[in-house]
This record gives sequence, C-alpha cells and structure tokens, in this order.
Amino acid sequence: MSDMIRGRLMNILIPLIAIFLAFLAGAVIMLFSGNDPIQGYAALISGVVGEPYDFGETLMRMTPLIFSGLAVAFAFRTGLLNIGVEGQLIVGWFTSVFVGLIIDVPMIIHLPLAIAAGALAGALWGFVPGILKAKFEVHEVIVTIMMNYIAMHVVNSIIRGQLLESGQRTGFINPSASLESQFLSELTQFSRLHWGFFIAIGACIVMWFILWKTKRGFELRSVGYNKNASLYAGMNVKGNIVASMSISGAFAGVGGAMVGLGTYQYANILPSFTNIGFDGIAVALLGASTSLGIFLAAFLFGGLQQGANMMQAGAGVAPELVEIIIALIIFFVASGYIIRWALGRMFSKKEEK
Amino acid sequence: MDHEYVIEMNNIRKEFPGIVANDNITLQVKQGEIHALLGENGAGKSTLMNVLFGLYQPEAGQIRVRGEDVSITDPNVANRLGIGMVHQHFMLVQNFTVTENIILGSEPTAGAGTINLKKAEKDVKEISDRYGLRVDPKAKIEDISVGMQQRAEILKTLYRGADILIFDEPTGALTPPEIKELIQIMNNLIGEGKSIILITHKLKEILEVCDRCTVIRRGVGIGTVDVADSTETSLAEMMVGREVSFEVEKEPYQPKETVLSIKDLYVEDSRGVDAVEGLNLDVREGEIVGVAGVDGNGQTELVEALTGLRQAKKGTIHISGENTTSFKPRRVTQTGVGHIPQDRHKHGLVLDFTIGENMLLQTYYEHPFTKNGILNYNTIYEKAKELIEEFDVRTPHEKTMARALSGGNQQKAIIAREVDRSPKLLIAAQPTRGLDVGAIEFIHKKLIEERDKGRGILLVSLELEEVLNVSDRIAVIYEGEIVDIVEASETNEQELGLLMAGGKKEEGEPAT
Repeated sequence: MSDMIRGRLMNILIPLIAIFLAFLAGAVIMLFSGNDPIQGYAALISGVVGEPYDFGETLMRMTPLIFSGLAVAFAFRTGLLNIGVEGQLIVGWFTSVFVGLIIDVPMIIHLPLAIAAGALAGALWGFVPGILKAKFEVHEVIVTIMMNYIAMHVVNSIIRGQLLESGQRTGFINPSASLESQFLSELTQFSRLHWGFFIAIGACIVMWFILWKTKRGFELRSVGYNKNASLYAGMNVKGNIVASMSISGAFAGVGGAMVGLGTYQYANILPSFTNIGFDGIAVALLGASTSLGIFLAAFLFGGLQQGANMMQAGAGVAPELVEIIIALIIFFVASGYIIRWALGRMFSKKEEK
Repeated sequence: MDHEYVIEMNNIRKEFPGIVANDNITLQVKQGEIHALLGENGAGKSTLMNVLFGLYQPEAGQIRVRGEDVSITDPNVANRLGIGMVHQHFMLVQNFTVTENIILGSEPTAGAGTINLKKAEKDVKEISDRYGLRVDPKAKIEDISVGMQQRAEILKTLYRGADILIFDEPTGALTPPEIKELIQIMNNLIGEGKSIILITHKLKEILEVCDRCTVIRRGVGIGTVDVADSTETSLAEMMVGREVSFEVEKEPYQPKETVLSIKDLYVEDSRGVDAVEGLNLDVREGEIVGVAGVDGNGQTELVEALTGLRQAKKGTIHISGENTTSFKPRRVTQTGVGHIPQDRHKHGLVLDFTIGENMLLQTYYEHPFTKNGILNYNTIYEKAKELIEEFDVRTPHEKTMARALSGGNQQKAIIAREVDRSPKLLIAAQPTRGLDVGAIEFIHKKLIEERDKGRGILLVSLELEEVLNVSDRIAVIYEGEIVDIVEASETNEQELGLLMAGGKKEEGEPAT
C-alpha cells in the first residue's frame, strides 16, 4: 500500500518540481540578461494577483486553456494524440459566433444554441481524423495537424468573403448569445472575465464524470490502455476511437465558443494560429490528464501569459522570457522520468538511514 | 586446480525498496556440471542471476569465480570472467544475419574500419560445428526457427569466450524436438569443459539434464540437492513448501449434448495464408477436448475464429446449435462462451485497470454494474471481492492495479471472470503458460470441476503433459487440420509426438 501512496505522491511532486526547475532556469536566464530575477518574478506575481483586474484577466485567459487541455487529455486517455485541438477550437469559435450573429432569439435559447453549435463544429473536426483512424488506420497526428490548417484557412476565407464588417473581423454577436457578464466585469475592475469561466469548471467535472463514472468512459479508458483486451472483451474499439476524437473535438469547440462569445464577441481573420490549442497539449501534460490538474495547469499558464505584460512594464524583462519558462516547464515535465529517478534515489537513501 | 567450485555465491542478499529479493542465498557451481536454479515465479532466481551478471550489486555476500574473490560491477566484468547469459527473450537484431548478430559489439576489423565478415563467419561456423549447434552463419534471424535463434544466442556467448553459461528458462518457447536438441547441446558443452547454470521451474528438465539443484523460495535459499537423489515430488515440495500432486485426479467423463461443432473451417492468418484448413471438431458437454500440436499449426487462428476475434474464411461454427461463425466477440460471449486467452497481457487483462475492473471486463455493461450508462462501482467491487475470495486470487486489495499482481494471480483473475459467467463452453488457450506448479495445479482442478458441472471445455496447449493429464479426448492438430482424435486414457507421449510431427521434415535444418 505504501507503494501506491508513493506513486500518488510522485504524480503530484513531478509537475511541481518541473515548475520549480523551470522558474529556476528562468531566473538564471534573467541574471545573464542583466535583470534582477527577484524583481522580475515579483512583477510577474503582481501581474497576476496585484489588482482585481489582473486576476480577472488571468481567469479569462485560462478559460479556453481549460477546454483545450481537457480536449487533449480526453483523447490521450483513449490512446490518441489530438494535435488538432487548435483547428477544432477555431471552427468552434467561428461557428458559435456565426450562430450568434445570424439568429435573433431569446437568450435562453440563443446562448445554449451558439455554444452547442461550437461544440458540434469541433466534434465534426475531431470526427474526421477519428473515422480515418478507425476505418483506414491513418495516423491521427498527421490528419489533425492538416485539419488545423484547413480550419484556419476555411474560417478566414468565409469571414473575408461573407462576414467582414470592420477591418479584419465580423460584426459583434447579438447580446442574446453573449457570455459577457457585467457583474463579473465590475467585480474585477472591468476585466474581460465572463461567464465562460464557470462553464469551464463545469466542463472539468463533465470530463471527470464521463471518464470515471460512465460505461462509455470505462470503454474509452480500456481502449486507451489495451486495444486487444478491449476487442477481446467485446468492446467496439473503432467506435470508441471515433467517439473519443469527437468528444475531444467538442471540448475544443466549446473552448472556441468561450473565446468567441465571451472574450471577443466576434471572430476575426487569423493571421496565424491562436496557440490556445497547442498550449492545451502542455496544459494536459502538466495536469497529468486529470480534471483538477488541468484546471491548475491552465491557471498557471493563463497567469504566466497575463503576468508577462507586467514583467515588461514593471521589471523590464522581455515577455518572451515567459514563453521560455513555459517551454522549460514542458521540457521538465516531459523529462519526468529523470525527476522520478532522482526522487526514487532520494527516497531509498532515506529509508536506508 | 585448487578450487572445487567454478562459481560461488555465498550468502547473497539483495534488497529493493520494500522487499528483500534475495535473502542469504548460497549457490555453488562445480566445474563441468549442469546446475539447476529452481524456484517459482518471483522467487528471486532472476535477481540472483542479475547479481552474478553484474546488473545488480548485492547488499551483502561474496562472489568467487574459480576460487578468487571478485566484484562484478557491470556485465563487461562478467564477460571478462567468462560468464555468458542466454536470455529468455532473445537479444537479436531481426534483419541481421546470425554472424552479424554474434559479432555485434566486438566486430573483427580488416583495417580501415571495415568488418572482416569472412573471418567472422568462418569462426562462427567453427564453433557451431564443435558444439553441434548446426547454425547457418549466413541466415537472417527473421528467417530461422525459434530453436535456431536460441542456438545463435548460445553461439554468441561462446564466441565471446564464455565458459560459464547461464540459461534463463530456455525451453519456454521451444517445441519438444527442439528441447531434445537443446539438451543434447548442453551435454556437448559440458563435454567440452563448460559449466552451466539452468534457471527453470520445470522439474522434468532438471531430472533429465542436471547434476545438482539449488532451490529458492520467496527469496530465501532452501538448499542444494543432488538430482540423482531427488524425485519430481521432492523437488516440487522444496520449491512450493508443501506437498503437490501431479496426478490430476478425475472421474471418467460422461459426455452429453454437443456444445461446439466445427465443420470444414478455413481461417487465414495475418499474412493472408490459410492457417486453419478444413478443420472439423466437436466438443460435448461434460468433456475436456485437448488440442495438441506444435506451435504454429493453426491453434491461435482456430481459437480466434471461435471467439470472434478473427473472421473465418469458410466453413461453420455452431455453439449450442446456434451458428456463430460470423459473430463479433461480444455476441460469442453472450452465447455462453468463456475464453481464457493465450496471452494474458495482450488479450486477457487491461494491466492499468484495477483487478476488480478487470474481473468485470466482460460484464461491466450489464445490470446491476451499469444503470442508464452510469457505472455502479459499489456493485462492481462487491462482485470482484466475491470472485477474489472464491478463486483465491492473492491481491492486497480489489482496487490494486492488475499490473502489480503475479502471473499466477493474474491468470486466476481471468479464470474467475470467464468461469463465473457460467459459459456453456470454455475455451482455454495455454491456460498455465509461464505459471508455477501451485498455480498450475489450481487451474487444472478448476477445469475438471467445470467439466463435472457439465460444461464443454476446449483446451489448447503446447504442453503435451498438460494435454495428456487434463483432457478426456485429444485432437491432434497439424498444419491447420485435426489429423487424429484419440482417447486420452489410451495414448501416450510417444504416439502423440509422432502425430504432432505429422511426418513433416524437422524445422531448423541448416540450408545446405
């Protein structure tokens, strides 16, 4: 039993140590580039929690990251690498805004409809690689990467051709489809925090529930761990692969809807990827593909993005440093094996004494 | 020569966090003997050998080679001391030739960094001839039989000058004729002055080839005995720590209705070649039909076709009168078929699920385990607990990961699951592979119990002894066909061996 407890402890310790090491390395870089690391990090922290506004913006930033993290983790639990969260998020964003623009019905219908449209679009974008994988064994990584480009360019071209209102974007969605919250905004000195944050918390619970409490989740996890045994046990392995990619895409699509209906109220021509989907890979990795872990990891990454502004303004540290720290966190989490090994040695040394 | 022993491992102790893998074990190997290291799975045999091979450092104890104290800090030191290991899972590069594999890491050069393959091939041939290994130095590993691959492994250690050879469970993957050949090779090696340590849990082999035998049980050295003074029973008792019965006790069988009927079945293997060709077989309620045959004669494809994992090309399968030929695995299961798969890690278990979840792997979707698509873990674990108790699965908890259990207990869990579903037909493919005596005994008893309850049982096994002891009727499979069906009580190993060979030319002959 002590082994089990130790295993759990390791799972929590490794991400924490990875974060610590990444910040340590970031401090060294700051020293070499002639900045004061203490001042730099103080600025970073105050950029997150210094003012209610900063905190509100952090929560706003972490909202879509939660969804993209959940999307990556959900597919990963079924043994699939969904690199297409970015594209699924983009189509979800666009579709929800589209529904928000062209329909005019009461909020109680309109808002759920717009979010559902985003989910559906994302699910469709996940379904395609899913079915290709199940039917023809086309590797999902290749297909999802390509689907990202298709998503971005198709959406851009539709906006450019049909929906362009001012400059590079569509018009604002009808208020009946908006997630905007005057209450939350006023609470945080008029940040862009919106109701989507609570929907994201709900999504964490939904993922946990599907995976660990439902029959479908049991099958998805079983297929993820061992396809042969799942087939032997009479599960529909191919069907579960398609389902997993579709559900994963739906999470991403709702994430896009949060951006479209909450943060911006419109969709715009994207000059490049949003990176929210790709950051989802890091969030899922750091969060060990668990709901709670993803929530915390999304908070960290959202905070880093938000705090980066203050680092430049308050301590003169280039915001790129934050990107480096994020990259280092991923690096150290990915080298979790080395940390595990080092911890293992420390533990066994202690026991000998 | 002033030393009696070529290898002495005295009072070796090796700990891992939480467990003592070797506790005060002494192993002394005489020059020129075949020394058996006997113990159940997980008894600590491999750990001890890894200590000797320099992969682990012992916490206490002393190692002497040819009378001199040595400290074996890594496998290179072991190699220099003339210790070579023939691994259970071969360490060969599949698309290299035998010679290329053998010289890997110590390639003879012909100047300017080029490899002198000619010389190497000549050397390999020479050693091969000297010990009667009959290995073709130019054959590619992927083209030769398992037996010849193993001989290539032996050659590798000899090429590097080993004179103390460790064989780790060498007969596991071999066919009966290949085993005979291996025993001959071991005797040749001894004749040339080599010494051998044979790691095994097969008692027959020890009695056949070994001079002395050291037994370990749960990490503790039990003692060393002369094989000449031992019997299968006495060795088994030392190994398990209690009396073990080898005779499988059973009443005469009383078959009733036909439960499985296979007619003119054709099944292709993964490469699209017919592996089962026109197979006919019936199994009745209340009987155990054993399928005996050398590995690769269509057994795997037969079982997969019966259980829905593979689509039959032609012919029909009827289970309890229902045509199940094109059924998917779940429908076959629901027809009342239990399946103990040949590879428990590949098919039988999801190793990263708990043992409880694994026990419900076939029935999780049924009431009361699932209600409206939601799992009810309380009933799942309650059921698992019942099964764990009934089938004596040794696990700390029903929520322990399946991966953490020993092979025997994993297999018991699978059997519990498959038997409990009360199938009309139980298909057991190699149900005791890799298990120790105690677990084998348990599983054989269970199979016979199920037979006596009136179930039909199809037992597919590569272990001839198992087929003979447990079955009521024996069907011999050869090149995808049942070539003969005999009453188990009226046949013997020689007759079956002959039928299994089917007059086919022995595999593994070097190309001439």
